[in-house]
Amino acid sequence: MNIRMTVYILGLLMMFEAVFMAVPSVTAVIYHEQQLWLFAAIALFCLICGWLMTLAKPERKNLSARDGFLIVALSWIVLSVFGALPFYISGCIPHFVDALFESVSGFTTTGASILHEVESLPRCMLMWRSFTHWVGGMGVLVFIMAFLPISGGQNMYLMKAESPGPSVSKLVPRVRTTAIWLYGIYFVLTLIEFILLAFGDMSVFDALNIAVATAGTGGFAVTNASMGSYTPYSQVVVTVFMILFSINFTSYFLLLKKKPKESFNTEVKVFLGIVTFAIVTISLDIRHMYRTVSETVRHAAFTVGSLISTTGFGTEDFDRWPSYARTLLVMLMFIGACAGSTGGGIKVSRIVIFFKNMHNELRVMTHPRQVKKVKMDGRQVEGEVIRTIHVYLACYLLTCVVSILILSLDGHDLTTNFTAVVATLNNIGPGLNLVGPTSNYDVFSTCSKCVLIFDMLAGRLELFPIILLLSPATWKK
Amino acid sequence: MNIIIVGCGKVGRVLTQQLVEGGHNVTVVDTIADKVNTVAERYDIMGVIGNGATHATLQEAGIDNADLMIAVTGSDERNLLCCLIAKKAGCQTIARVRSPQYSVEAPYLKDELGLAMVINPEQAAAQEIERVLRFPSAIKVDTFGQGRIEMLKFRLPEDSPLCGMAIHELSSKLHCDILVCTVERGEEAYIAKGDLVFQERDVISIIAEPKAAFTFFRKINYKAQPVHDVLIAGGGDISEYLCELLEKDGIAVTVIEKDAVRAEYLSEVLQGTTVVHEDAVSQDVLMQENIDKREAFVALTNFDEENILLSLFAKSVSHAKIITKINRIDFDSVIGKLDLDTIIYPKSVTSENIIRYVRAMKKTIGTNLETLYTLIKGKVEAAEFIVKKQSELTSAPLMNLNLREGVLIAAIIRRGKVILPRGGDSIMVGDSVVVVSDLIGLHDMTEILR
Repeated sequence: MNIRMTVYILGLLMMFEAVFMAVPSVTAVIYHEQQLWLFAAIALFCLICGWLMTLAKPERKNLSARDGFLIVALSWIVLSVFGALPFYISGCIPHFVDALFESVSGFTTTGASILHEVESLPRCMLMWRSFTHWVGGMGVLVFIMAFLPISGGQNMYLMKAESPGPSVSKLVPRVRTTAIWLYGIYFVLTLIEFILLAFGDMSVFDALNIAVATAGTGGFAVTNASMGSYTPYSQVVVTVFMILFSINFTSYFLLLKKKPKESFNTEVKVFLGIVTFAIVTISLDIRHMYRTVSETVRHAAFTVGSLISTTGFGTEDFDRWPSYARTLLVMLMFIGACAGSTGGGIKVSRIVIFFKNMHNELRVMTHPRQVKKVKMDGRQVEGEVIRTIHVYLACYLLTCVVSILILSLDGHDLTTNFTAVVATLNNIGPGLNLVGPTSNYDVFSTCSKCVLIFDMLAGRLELFPIILLLSPATWKK
Repeated sequence: MNIIIVGCGKVGRVLTQQLVEGGHNVTVVDTIADKVNTVAERYDIMGVIGNGATHATLQEAGIDNADLMIAVTGSDERNLLCCLIAKKAGCQTIARVRSPQYSVEAPYLKDELGLAMVINPEQAAAQEIERVLRFPSAIKVDTFGQGRIEMLKFRLPEDSPLCGMAIHELSSKLHCDILVCTVERGEEAYIAKGDLVFQERDVISIIAEPKAAFTFFRKINYKAQPVHDVLIAGGGDISEYLCELLEKDGIAVTVIEKDAVRAEYLSEVLQGTTVVHEDAVSQDVLMQENIDKREAFVALTNFDEENILLSLFAKSVSHAKIITKINRIDFDSVIGKLDLDTIIYPKSVTSENIIRYVRAMKKTIGTNLETLYTLIKGKVEAAEFIVKKQSELTSAPLMNLNLREGVLIAAIIRRGKVILPRGGDSIMVGDSVVVVSDLIGLHDMTEILR
């Protein structure tokens, strides 16, 4: 393992985190909040640590695949731990595990909270909470890569380990240019949403918070009522953007390059198909609960968009909805967004490939001599990709089962435990019952919170980096 | 620049590495997913899986925005087809065409198909071998200015009169018009400076006109005559090209080829060459062919291992000039330590030529890159520039130019005459200038100024 390079990249990461803290610091200046000094001090601390760590430039810059996974896993842990410091030191969240939970939930764009009264937090804390979504959404190492050439040629390992999806493709030959494109699209989309929201009924502060939280498909709101307290206009804007941010960013790139045909690929089609299906059937299922059709469809669309994009905002307490609607919503949580977006979940492309392969294998059972390959968008899906998807699903299932088992020690009901794990592992936020949209995760014990922290990190990094970090075989020479 | 490389073989990989290091945006194309993925993981490039000779695949690789397409797949025909399609999209094209049947048509292909460059690694390797055989004391011979000037690399033996002499003493003691460019000592490489003292086993490169080089080598007791007879093991394409060249030089050649059909073919096309149908990898066969009395031995079989073994054996039984061909570039550091005299890497020759072309393609201010050689891998390059316009370079005598560290202006060719520059000389418009430097990646001569 290239230890010096790892230290160097972690140092860069801490310096960038210090820069990120400028955002809440500015908020504190604007609203004359005393936490300014706290943010400034922590940022300075991060800056000095990072500077010290980057003093020794590594001679050997090449990274192996293993280094890529480990660096990404360690980066996210370091990022979360230091991101938790403002909450903890300011006393806003008195327990460190709780503060870490909030910070991890922010960076992994989960949006699950342990706070009872969100409104009581100072505005700079709220801003930091929402801003972590934006940083975590597209990936922090991708962000660093957009600014600095990290290593010779093996940046791809970092990008692969951090970006969601079964196979990562570059937009352009250079990793750095690709990162710049991704962040450019991300930034512009966020900006458009912010402007649209600010022109509605929201204050600038709320609009900015909601915009960055939607962009990262996070789900931290600035009020306990989440999105329920805003006008239908704002809710519709957020619905549209939640869905936009859960579409593969490559599609936007291709659209900009005037290739609409390639842009509208199988994954996007299937994703939009699922969304439409869910909105229609859920609307029908909940039609008697609301007075007008438009209100029904708005709530259904918002909730479907919120859960399939793994954002986790709420306008309505969907825990009160009928059984079919609730069940379908939990299924949407599993499916998640498109690969290469900011959303979480298993990802539509994995599910498409998984089902296509299943279909093939079933055919082969009846025609044993038949040769059939999985194809997507006219291209053959490589055997390695299919294999990795199966391993992914196995790891996913195992993580899920073990987590639920540990959570059950707290004595809560199965729905609570099950949806809590599903909602954190898929980076959504709210689940059902005790962890429903109107409640929070404070009901769990410290041990369970640690398990959920693990699930959030594992889910955001698509399991492998975090699992490999814990596997002894990874650390052998 | 945006460059597409079709074919991820050995040459494709070397090219990818060097072009990425040169700051270009590279996309590689190959039909085999595994090969593409390996390269894409190793270097910062984009990989496209598909047949590079189809329009759809090239489109996916971004041919519309590409500046250059390099086709280096295993098949000549496919390479040419790639170029035709890429040409239609309006980008420059380079094709590797290696078969001797097509090689005679290279100029025709180049002109008629509008290719920027046709590269034949086997022929280029044969030419390099031939140059060394004409000057057997050298390890490597490169030429500048259409052969007007030569750059020769040789190793100082233990009893050389040069040992212990400083570079600035050379001209006064030997009265030769040569210029020392680089000195390699073990792992170290130096650009020549006046106070550097030669030691035994140094590898030195000098630049001189062919005649002056001849006198210089005679004065330091080196053999400067071309060899009279050559024994070649292996009768592949390089051998065929090489034999043709050597026949023209009047050198007696014997080729040992183990394939009967190939041996018969060679004897047909090469009238002046003795073709022996035998397996060269055998001491008896080599001794029968009088390897111990030959003046030169060239190992050109298809297997690197065989070539190395044959050369080591030849070295142990004779004083012949030994040249070894190696295909794999990956282990060059180990092979370099074997003390094998001259080693030829056809793959490097190919990539070197293409890199030179790519560098020359960049818009330059007033100078054009004409020739480029790697003198010491990854450390020192020798480049020939043609000065097209007035610039800071032409404004003052060399001694008043503010040159960067590690730059040596080795020769100036003015109206066909060679000048080995002293401080008082100056560069004029129309000159070809040979620059030796450790600044890898020069593409404009003004970059040598501070």
